[in-house]
Amino acid sequence: MEKDSKIISIQNVSFSYESTDPDNQQLIPVLHGVSLDIHRGEFVAVLGHNGSGKSTLAKHLNCILLPTEGTVFVDGIDTKDGEFIYDIRQTVGMVFQNPDNQIVATIVEEDVAFAPENLGIEPAEIRQRVDDALNSVGMYKYRESAPHQLSGGQKQRVAIAGIIAMRPACIVLDEPTAMLDPKGRREVMSTIRRLNRENGITVVLITHYMDEAAQCDRVVVTDSGKIILDGTPKEVFSNVELLKDVGLDVPQVTELTYELKKAGIELPDGIISVEECADKLEELLRAALSEK
Amino acid sequence: MAILKTENLTYTYSPGTPYEHTAVDNVNIEFEKGELVGIIGHTGSGKSTLIQQFNGLLRPTSGTVFVDGQDIWAKNAKIRELRFKVGLVFQYPEYQLFEETVYKDIAFGPKNMGITGDELDARIREAAAFVGLREEHFEKSPFELSGGQKRRVAIAGVLAMRPEILILDEPTAGLDPKGRERILGQIKDYHKQTGGLVLLVSHSMEDIARYATKALVMNDSKIYMYDTVDNVFAHAQELRSMGLSAPQISSVFSLLEQRGLPVSSGIYTVEKAKEEILKLLAKGGEGNAQ
Amino acid sequence: MLSDITIGQYFPGRSIIHRLDPRMKIVLTLAFIVMLFLAKSLAALAVGVVFIVAAYVLSRVPLKMILKSLKPVIPIVIFTAILNMFFIEGDPFIIIWKLTISREGVYTAALMVVRIIFLIGGSSLLTYTTSPIMLTDGIERLMSPLKAIKLPVHELAMMMTIALRFIPTLIEETDKIMSAQKARGADMEHGNILQRAKALVPILIPLFVSAFRRADELALAMECRCYRGGSGRTRMKQLKLAPADFIAAAIVAVFIAGVVLVNIFVTPLVVL
Repeated sequence: MEKDSKIISIQNVSFSYESTDPDNQQLIPVLHGVSLDIHRGEFVAVLGHNGSGKSTLAKHLNCILLPTEGTVFVDGIDTKDGEFIYDIRQTVGMVFQNPDNQIVATIVEEDVAFAPENLGIEPAEIRQRVDDALNSVGMYKYRESAPHQLSGGQKQRVAIAGIIAMRPACIVLDEPTAMLDPKGRREVMSTIRRLNRENGITVVLITHYMDEAAQCDRVVVTDSGKIILDGTPKEVFSNVELLKDVGLDVPQVTELTYELKKAGIELPDGIISVEECADKLEELLRAALSEK
Repeated sequence: MAILKTENLTYTYSPGTPYEHTAVDNVNIEFEKGELVGIIGHTGSGKSTLIQQFNGLLRPTSGTVFVDGQDIWAKNAKIRELRFKVGLVFQYPEYQLFEETVYKDIAFGPKNMGITGDELDARIREAAAFVGLREEHFEKSPFELSGGQKRRVAIAGVLAMRPEILILDEPTAGLDPKGRERILGQIKDYHKQTGGLVLLVSHSMEDIARYATKALVMNDSKIYMYDTVDNVFAHAQELRSMGLSAPQISSVFSLLEQRGLPVSSGIYTVEKAKEEILKLLAKGGEGNAQ
Repeated sequence: MLSDITIGQYFPGRSIIHRLDPRMKIVLTLAFIVMLFLAKSLAALAVGVVFIVAAYVLSRVPLKMILKSLKPVIPIVIFTAILNMFFIEGDPFIIIWKLTISREGVYTAALMVVRIIFLIGGSSLLTYTTSPIMLTDGIERLMSPLKAIKLPVHELAMMMTIALRFIPTLIEETDKIMSAQKARGADMEHGNILQRAKALVPILIPLFVSAFRRADELALAMECRCYRGGSGRTRMKQLKLAPADFIAAAIVAVFIAGVVLVNIFVTPLVVL
């Protein structure tokens, strides 16, 4: 049987939680009828400001939260079907913001072994998976280090290795770079990109950094529990006004081209990289200056 | 006279052990009142160690820190009183909140200074206003607030001490663009209203480009550059080779410059870039018309 | 500074002692303690001392570390010595004013002091040469028969591992919170006991809040990695007894036999 090309299918999902305030017990809605399909091998960014529902959405992808209404299918399995919860969690691995709070063991390789050990895998096979996972995030030579001796970026790569060791088809990363310095962010981003390109792992990256979203194949923008934009980075970043309205930035170069266009200069939509922007401006300036 | 000055300031961790590491190496610098200085440097460049010596949390291995012309570690100097003059907001300051209410938490600093009564109340209200906290928040527990609100309470806790010098270590870390802009805008307003010295440690070159008047670049435990923001970002290439990311716009303009186009240097914000491009295009247009 | 505290006292190395199976090391440490208490004379005790000194030499743990581990027990050692010297009656040895120290008293004191010092020294060798995680592992596996009487062995070991993992993190965090409160003018160095205890509140509350937040996030991360308790769990590192472990056991047995023999042939001055 041919495998479904959709690894995750979110169908009309709504989610509300009960307020913890005892005086004011009511349901607080977070997601409103969200539908979204993630295909195998995709590299998708989910962009939105804090409170836009993006993290809540992420938690629906591996049974941490179950939809109040609607259905989430992971590899064709309904997440409400409690019987397969561990299959789903193996298929869709989750990496969180604070690397410190997801590392369990006192030695890097022991931590990476944690998930396969939970799955009851044979010791020799675990060893193999741990070595592979550490190699794929470039942390093999730190396998015997203690986590607290590592930098933030390195810790986050260990956390990613801990998920990769389950051999998931998809990883969901919930703001994995929010607590890192620029160097750590670069390390983590290039690791994620490599896992997507070379290992074919589907990646869902929850973020509010525009430059990270610009590196993905597809960008989904959430606001007030709804999906408001979905397309390639170029398409999405063409909507400068809308993005600013929902409290998001656009890359500086995108904003510059947008401003120039507003001033009547002819430029293409959705410029997102420095090189592209410099090329277009060079063309423009040379044309104008040679007319002298 | 410089309000904050260092002379041959050096700080070494674990001296005399195999882990010996000099984090701040012979730093001489002067900061004037009224500046908003952005401090840039990658992790481990020594910027955190530097700022912790400014308010006496770390005692220099050698060298001197002068605040208002006074050596802060002189024999008769009172280090606690110095800390009231030099307010330091740490990274993720929301993790230091502990009181039952927002109001009480903001009061902690000024109360430690011995301030009571109306004066205390006035300071709390003033500080809360600076960070946009309304009265309805005062009686809430700080732990009930959102992440951005918690951070603003923590910043207000330092502002309420009315420091002459305010130092903020990455006040926007982990916030979304909206929260980032809000806090930076408030810091800028505070700076404008008080006219004091504000030091802002940030990884975001875009933020420093937009908000700071001067920029200090730390590299390898030393001061690499201390100059106006324009002049610092004119060295975009060098910043990049240090592992720092210059603003996208300055990268675009240094590319244009390299390709032999007559663009001016020191352009790093969208507004300035737009002006410059429009000016150049208009020039071309004029030439055409003649 | 707080961060200078070393947790556990593992001294990394690759010596033969380091490489022994942790289970065997735990059992042999217990055997060594038994050996110390079997010894009824200083001569018999000397056999045990030879054993532990040899083990230390093999482990290449520096002498400085050993002395450091003994520091906290010095008061106990002195107290024991004095108590024994003055309160055991017998053949007068030294008389200071009205106090008589007997020959038996000195002998017993020496015996007790050597015993305490080598008791601490011997068990420290275990923690110096076994990483905390191996130690936890060893304890978990040695105790696993107790699962039959519903003792949550795996859960206890997991708790110990997590505690070991988070101690450095929380120490660093305490350091940060202390600095932050000091920057807000908190005074932790002055005042009476009550005032100082009160000054701890601004540090302890944020620390607890943060520890609970971390616990929450860690629990979630563990669930995402399919953690569901000890049943059905495997381990990457299997503990296997090697020939060296059996040789070590044999050596310990020989030394215990040595102690017993000396006990038989040497009559101690004082029969305890």
